[in-house]
Amino acid sequence: MNRVLSARPVVWLTWGALIFFMLNLVGIVGAVVTNSFAESWFGTWLPDGYTGKWYGEAWRDYRLLDVLVVTFQVAIAVVVISVLIGVPTAYALARRNFPGKKLLNVLFLLPILMPPMTYGIPLATVLYKFHLAGSMFGVIAANLVPAVPFVVLTMTPFIEQIDTKIESAARMCGANTVAIFTRVLAPLLVPGILAASILVLVRTVGMFELTFLTAGPTSQTLVVSLYEAMSSAGIRPQQMVDSMAVIYTGSMLVLLVIALRFVNPTQLVTRLKEPS
Amino acid sequence: MTALLSPRDRESPSPRDRKSLERASLKHRLAEKGVDRVLWLLVPGAVFVVLLFVYPFLYGLQLSFQPKGGGSPFQNYITFFSDSYLAETVWITLRLGLPAALFNVLASIPIAFRMRGRFRGKRALTTLLVVPITLGTVLTAEGLLAFFGPTGWFNRIWMALGADEPAKLTHNYWGVLFSLIITGFPFAFLLTLSYLSGIDPTLEQAAATLGASKRQRFRTITMPLLAPGLAVTFCLSFVLAFSVFPSAVMVGNPAGETHVMSIAAYETALRDNDFAMGSAIAMLMALVMLIVIGVVLIWRATLYRGATGGKG
Repeated sequence: MNRVLSARPVVWLTWGALIFFMLNLVGIVGAVVTNSFAESWFGTWLPDGYTGKWYGEAWRDYRLLDVLVVTFQVAIAVVVISVLIGVPTAYALARRNFPGKKLLNVLFLLPILMPPMTYGIPLATVLYKFHLAGSMFGVIAANLVPAVPFVVLTMTPFIEQIDTKIESAARMCGANTVAIFTRVLAPLLVPGILAASILVLVRTVGMFELTFLTAGPTSQTLVVSLYEAMSSAGIRPQQMVDSMAVIYTGSMLVLLVIALRFVNPTQLVTRLKEPS
Repeated sequence: MTALLSPRDRESPSPRDRKSLERASLKHRLAEKGVDRVLWLLVPGAVFVVLLFVYPFLYGLQLSFQPKGGGSPFQNYITFFSDSYLAETVWITLRLGLPAALFNVLASIPIAFRMRGRFRGKRALTTLLVVPITLGTVLTAEGLLAFFGPTGWFNRIWMALGADEPAKLTHNYWGVLFSLIITGFPFAFLLTLSYLSGIDPTLEQAAATLGASKRQRFRTITMPLLAPGLAVTFCLSFVLAFSVFPSAVMVGNPAGETHVMSIAAYETALRDNDFAMGSAIAMLMALVMLIVIGVVLIWRATLYRGATGGKG
């Protein structure tokens, strides 16, 4: 830090820009939080008075308990299914070189690289065709599309670094395949699975596009009902939408703090293996 | 067992034995290529990705060639490019996505540079920079509307500093660009930081002992090693910015200045129920995105991509 303090204008510019960015960020978040506690706020520096009633009203009016339950159910289902599908796939990809492996790798990379809107619209079309959209099933299926590849991509390097000799040793000692998986590999995989699941959880709760395209009235997650609340805000006071947004951000923050206890911040973004 | 078999039997195995031998050798040959029972584990994943990703994508592709109103298979694409309101969305999206991605990548270089190594409060500062991920597009949009709005705090300070009229920063291009920077910057920063910390610092120290100045070290050591990573970061930031949807609706001007491709695709597919046209726009979105990423990756292929001496 001492070096930084005695440094050149470029450094000062960097920190200055960072502080400016942070100040704006604080202003943006602060404006929403302040408004969510405001009695009324029109064209002044600060609101006229403060109240917590908007939270209660938003909770009731937008049926936030139901929405939170749906969000929770969708997120847990996506996490469990994506781990069940993704981990075996990652194991096979990490342990074997077989013809067509490159193609499969690309197929698992594409859903993460493509913007959700591009495959979300055809996916929603197909789901509507089979009358699956508008239900919990449709939302879970749509959210699995980026979640499974994400688990595969996170777990493959993790499995690669587990020594194959451990498995061979277990087999030498007479363990069958099931025993190897449940008693040797599973305990070793737990940290990786935990990291992957928490990342999938954060991404699913925050995923807007896919849920928006496939959700019906009873299968909206928190982000989508927040968006709906905002686009039809005219009827209800702005403060209610803001308090809902604060609830959303609060729950995301809790998830993120939990996530950061288990994983490195850089893993939140993506875990792409450098194509060589 | 073998003792019971006559010598003749041993020389030429019975047909059944031969068959099982052949099977065994086929199995063996396959196993040498890496095909064995372990690959059954791939089945759920492969079925999943084909069923929920490849099939819908191909379905959308063929649907886009079956225009709702009949006519030539390319009618949807012809309509898209002849209707200036729709054709313009390509430029509008690129005009938002490219600057936002470029800014996020360029801004994260100097900041990531300062965050290398260990210092007190590094974890706190990193966490602070990651917080925008939790905000979500809606809170960001609400905040931008309130903060940058005509009577918001920003414009109050702006006016107090002596401006004649409030700066118009919401419900237009700038509002969406700000929201893309706020949500996209943490991603770009974290990626750049991870690439940068993968470069071995001893390389720079070696250059320093040979008398290279700070600027020289940055230009001839760090940048060439970092550039391939920056290309990937740019691609991922661009994908994020390119698919902008909620913020373009809320802080932008969705019918005009920020009528981006994803809005056009969503509106035609789910509001007007023209799934064929909506799929056509989605396919064009994928195409434009692939072109930009392809160009960047081709440029990346010309760069040095060997060992960086570090963990990356």
